[in-house]
Amino acid sequence: MRHIISLLLENEPGALSRVVGLFSQRNYNIESLTVAPTEDPTLSRLTLTTVGQDEMIEQITKNLNKLVEVVKLVDLSESSHIEREILLIKVKATGAQRAEIKRTTDIFRGQIVDVTSNVYVIQLVGTADKLDSFIQAIGPTSVLEVVRSGITGISRGDKVLSI
Amino acid sequence: MELLSGAEMVVRFLRDEGVKYIYGYPGGALLNIYDALFKEKAITHILVRHEQAATHMADGYARATGKPGVVLVTSGPGATNAVTGIATAYMDSIPMVIISGQVPSTMVGTDAFQETDMIGVSRPIVKHSFMVKTPTEIPEILKKAFYLAQSGRPGPVVVDIPKDMTNLGEKYEYVYPKKVKLRSYSPATRGHAGQIRKAAEMLLAAKRPIVYSGGGVILGGASAQLTELAKTLNLPVTNTLMGLGAYPGSDRQFLGMPGMHGSYTANLTMHHADVILAVGARFDDRVVNGPAKFCPNAKVIHIDIDPASISKTIKADVPIVGPVDSVLTEMLSILKELGAKPNEALSAWWKQIDEWRGDRILFPYDRGDGSIIKPQTVIETLYEVTKGDAYIASDVGQHQMFAAQYYKFDKPNRWLNSGGLGTMGFGFPAAMGVKLNFPDATVACVTGEGSIQMNIQEMSTCLQYDLPVKIISLNNGALGMVRQWQDMVYNSRYSHSYMESLPDFVKLAEAYGHVGLRVRELKDLKPVMEEAFALKDRLVFLDIAVDPSEHVYPMQIRDGAMRDMWLSKTERT
Repeated sequence: MRHIISLLLENEPGALSRVVGLFSQRNYNIESLTVAPTEDPTLSRLTLTTVGQDEMIEQITKNLNKLVEVVKLVDLSESSHIEREILLIKVKATGAQRAEIKRTTDIFRGQIVDVTSNVYVIQLVGTADKLDSFIQAIGPTSVLEVVRSGITGISRGDKVLSI
Repeated sequence: MELLSGAEMVVRFLRDEGVKYIYGYPGGALLNIYDALFKEKAITHILVRHEQAATHMADGYARATGKPGVVLVTSGPGATNAVTGIATAYMDSIPMVIISGQVPSTMVGTDAFQETDMIGVSRPIVKHSFMVKTPTEIPEILKKAFYLAQSGRPGPVVVDIPKDMTNLGEKYEYVYPKKVKLRSYSPATRGHAGQIRKAAEMLLAAKRPIVYSGGGVILGGASAQLTELAKTLNLPVTNTLMGLGAYPGSDRQFLGMPGMHGSYTANLTMHHADVILAVGARFDDRVVNGPAKFCPNAKVIHIDIDPASISKTIKADVPIVGPVDSVLTEMLSILKELGAKPNEALSAWWKQIDEWRGDRILFPYDRGDGSIIKPQTVIETLYEVTKGDAYIASDVGQHQMFAAQYYKFDKPNRWLNSGGLGTMGFGFPAAMGVKLNFPDATVACVTGEGSIQMNIQEMSTCLQYDLPVKIISLNNGALGMVRQWQDMVYNSRYSHSYMESLPDFVKLAEAYGHVGLRVRELKDLKPVMEEAFALKDRLVFLDIAVDPSEHVYPMQIRDGAMRDMWLSKTERT
């Protein structure tokens, strides 16, 4: 099963490499990873998605917690949460295709953020599933370039990940 | 307020931290620190002949005392030579602080002379690492390094110091930081009371219990509590390779070590147990054999300071995260409160165990006709000659297993071996580290002609600092353990397991200024060994010719259960 693990990390050089290193060293998968400083400049928030059996996820969270620079950790997928990913996609948009792509973008509530005579750049925000569906709907012949931010997330309700 | 250069801060901090010995080797990036060291009389620096030996010496000191060993190595090759020793310490959770020189910060990343990304190279084999970014943070970083190295599950910590952080002309205020706080690091200080009670009740109700204790009991200083617990409940005890000495090896309740080369009795008792009390042990693959067939009827209580060690390979029914000494103390007081006596069902269990053990020694072997020296006999003789009271540092291979099987350790911190990483070349420098800190103790290195040559250059260091350790080399003219596997799995195709062109070890020892003695016949073994240990102030290299065809038994059968073992070349369970 896919898990979204979110951590607060000391905002120090080398901290990220320890997290990434742990995954390769212990033969765990990383599907996506995003990281940026928080409102507290001494902390970074890192969100990663990984796939594995429960025993492996337990080992992953335990070993992440052991890293000295990991301040706090939560497995978002263990409870109700919101996940989002940003997609920027460059597609061929000529002739009849232009209108069709515009319609599909509207259906998915995306935005066209750059336009040339041949090309649209579309921005779409949503769950990873939604982005997958959109790319499929556009179809492989139109897609020129795809950029995805990786999944980030936050828990619903009163629960807060902070120090 | 005192003004010190970065280099002086490093040295002053070590003094303030109570460090007496550091093990190292100078080089360009460290010259400032070595200059500061020149003026410091409270610290003795041991100049090794290879940086790997510096780490193993520090490691030997740490294993014997429980305090972190301190290593000083220069950038580039100095640092990379230390890597094997750091990994050795990491695998066995040994507290160690490694200070590595680095090229000046302005040159980091330029492929400068003797530059290596030590933080990157060492990342997977350290508990943590620091790179100094400004000289003023040196005391705090070093304090954090010492704190991290010895708290929680101990381990090595690297502090990488670029040369320009230690410039002699630049002085800063120095204050010894008595305490440090790391908001992101808080190892457990006690176990969960409810879980401890549950474990105690489970042990009391157990009909076929066993204590399986590991290196964590020694590192956690909980040998006395473990012994008291086992005595209170009349429990059979097995100590892992890392945990030998945590429970007295000559006691009736001790069954020998478990696992790949564990005793028949220990492996059978584990296999048939209904409750396993695992204390500071991590269900290593060399213990459990095939995890799917592991102890089918056992409930597992697992006490460990490291939550990641629990339910990693074997699922724990009662996990307890905490320091083993406080958890066991709490468990003992619960047992007292319950008025605990040994369960009556244990008499049947002990009857069964005694049947397995028979009237034989824990590790029976064929003594042959006496025409050739058996390696097992060498260890038995060593045990007799040293009256079981020596510090024994071992290298890696058959001799290591024989030492673990036949030397009955009655005290913790007396047996030093590279259990996790299996580092050949560990034993001799580790023995040196012990001897330096316990000059009056008997210290021996059990080794083979293969392992000893991996750090044999340290005989020179021993002469310089007067470290009269005894080297007990079991010379079978081959890489014994490799050869054993080649016999058992590869139809005796001895691919590169011979040690051809061996040196004359006696002459070699003499060339280094020490004493070398050769033993070729069984009748000479004991008298010559006695002679060696009688030479208290000399390093003696004992080159003992042993049977090259001997195998270590029992040997678990791969992917089987704990009880599936070869007992000799022809018999199996």
